[in-house]
Amino acid sequence: MAESGLHVALHQDSPIPLGAEFGCEAGELLALVGPSGSGKSTILRCIAGLFSPQSGKVRCHGEVWLDSAAGIGLPPQARSVGLVFQHYALFPHLTALGNVVVALGHLANGEREKRARELLELVHLHGLEARRPRELSGGQQQRVALARALARDPQVLLLDEPFSAVDQATRRKLQRELAQLRKRLKIPIVLVTHDLDEARALADRICILHRGQTLHAGPPSEIMARPKNALVARLIGLTNLFEGEVLEQRLEAGVTVLRWKEHALEARHNGAFSPRTRVCWVIPPENVILHRRDRPSRGERENPLPGVIDEYVELGEMTSVTILVDGQAEHPLAMTVPTHVARRNQLGPGEQVTVSLLAEGIHLMPWDEVR
Amino acid sequence: MDWSAFILSLKLAAWTTALLLPAGVIAGRALAARRFAGKAWVEAGVALPLVLPPTVLGYYLLVAFGSESALGAAWQSVTGRSLVFTFEGLLLASMVFNIPFVIQPVQRAFEALPPDVREAAWVSGMSRAATFWKIELPLAWPGILTALVLTFAHTMGEFGVVLMVGGNIPDETKTIAIAIYDRVQAFDDARAGAMSALLLFFAFAAIGLVYAVGSRFGRTHG
Repeated sequence: MAESGLHVALHQDSPIPLGAEFGCEAGELLALVGPSGSGKSTILRCIAGLFSPQSGKVRCHGEVWLDSAAGIGLPPQARSVGLVFQHYALFPHLTALGNVVVALGHLANGEREKRARELLELVHLHGLEARRPRELSGGQQQRVALARALARDPQVLLLDEPFSAVDQATRRKLQRELAQLRKRLKIPIVLVTHDLDEARALADRICILHRGQTLHAGPPSEIMARPKNALVARLIGLTNLFEGEVLEQRLEAGVTVLRWKEHALEARHNGAFSPRTRVCWVIPPENVILHRRDRPSRGERENPLPGVIDEYVELGEMTSVTILVDGQAEHPLAMTVPTHVARRNQLGPGEQVTVSLLAEGIHLMPWDEVR
Repeated sequence: MDWSAFILSLKLAAWTTALLLPAGVIAGRALAARRFAGKAWVEAGVALPLVLPPTVLGYYLLVAFGSESALGAAWQSVTGRSLVFTFEGLLLASMVFNIPFVIQPVQRAFEALPPDVREAAWVSGMSRAATFWKIELPLAWPGILTALVLTFAHTMGEFGVVLMVGGNIPDETKTIAIAIYDRVQAFDDARAGAMSALLLFFAFAAIGLVYAVGSRFGRTHG
């Protein structure tokens, strides 16, 4: 049976602990996201055949690249893989064209240069074929590395922090180019990054990594709104992460009632937790709604909470506001409001406000030490 | 001018370089790539001829080459010739005392290769052999050239070990450095001076070539 896509399962205790399992379908872009030292690059190296884990399996389009139990471990040359290294690893003594030509060993001698020129054109380097790497800018070097990675017509494209070594303007441009290019590539693409925003912008699915373990894989919107557990919520930088207790399940109303401090909050229904279970919960800042101070409006019956503004920071068009619910210093609630709204409502440190937590935005997770 | 001594020195230097360089590239590359227990001692052994007095090295080589030693006896039974006071013995001694001049520059050159270009070549589908010939060797070649020139020039000028192992046999072991000493002993200052000047010019040109190539390479590949 023909199986498509890339399937990876890696396990290792030392030196770098690994417990990674994920898949990536043809045409899909999967982002492996985690802090530095979380094993992201090691996983790419395992897929490429540059590193052998203690045990693991890597299959691509039904072809077994690694199966440590069966004693199979193909060398990098035998895996149809394209890898863009973090610092590109271009061959410094060869021209841009030469860097691509040497990766075209599968073609007949006479066809290599023509194909290399096509690839350089694909990455917008037409006219720079004769330059050596040191005569190219960082962004151009990255493009040569991408062209070289595509030269083998790989079954998988691996990108190791490909945008980390260039300035921000170039990074945006290269990210747009990748988003365009990937539409033409019908292969799995695995992008390693520590930048969650980059992952959210480019990836179809995100896989969160922590100490070599894959914690949660899913579409960016799902991960951001409904992280699997408190650790994932922390790793993706969700600030409104609290502990609570389930009070009751109201299936017919589609809500789960949650006790937080002295308040009973209605949350989007989650049947996984029975009453009196301790849980963790998150709410994205955009689901915290400010009540207008001059005249109350609709929608404010939803989980209203009184509080005092602690921090008030205008960040351009948006303003970040931290609220001490019930005036208590523990568990501050973060929200963002448009700066003009904040000013119209005369928000500022020490001001009394009322906010609503939208039930749809409250996500329950298994209990874990929050901090 | 003792041209036969000069030609003998050139012959010795050429053979030494030709035989030692390939082995030195393999050994230097391995030392650059690998970490193993006792590596520091291996490196110290490689460097030893740099600090050992040539007479000491020559003495041990003389003992090792003698017909009482296993090596000397085996050589004699196979070739019918002695290792001591012959060109072959001189060549073997020359290879031993040039070990640091070959291995050290080669090892430095391979150590200085960008760390991930080798892996980049592999994932580009290049075999290990192709990676060596097309990527590693072109990047390491200034170090290899340095090794070549240093070995050649050093062999041209070596005196102590040659005297100990080879003696002073015309057309067999009388190299130009020995010939210079020989002329000085005979108060033949004119010929000693001419040969010294030739050797000085030769050594300067060789080292100059190494520096010129090194700086040019630095500009194009830096």
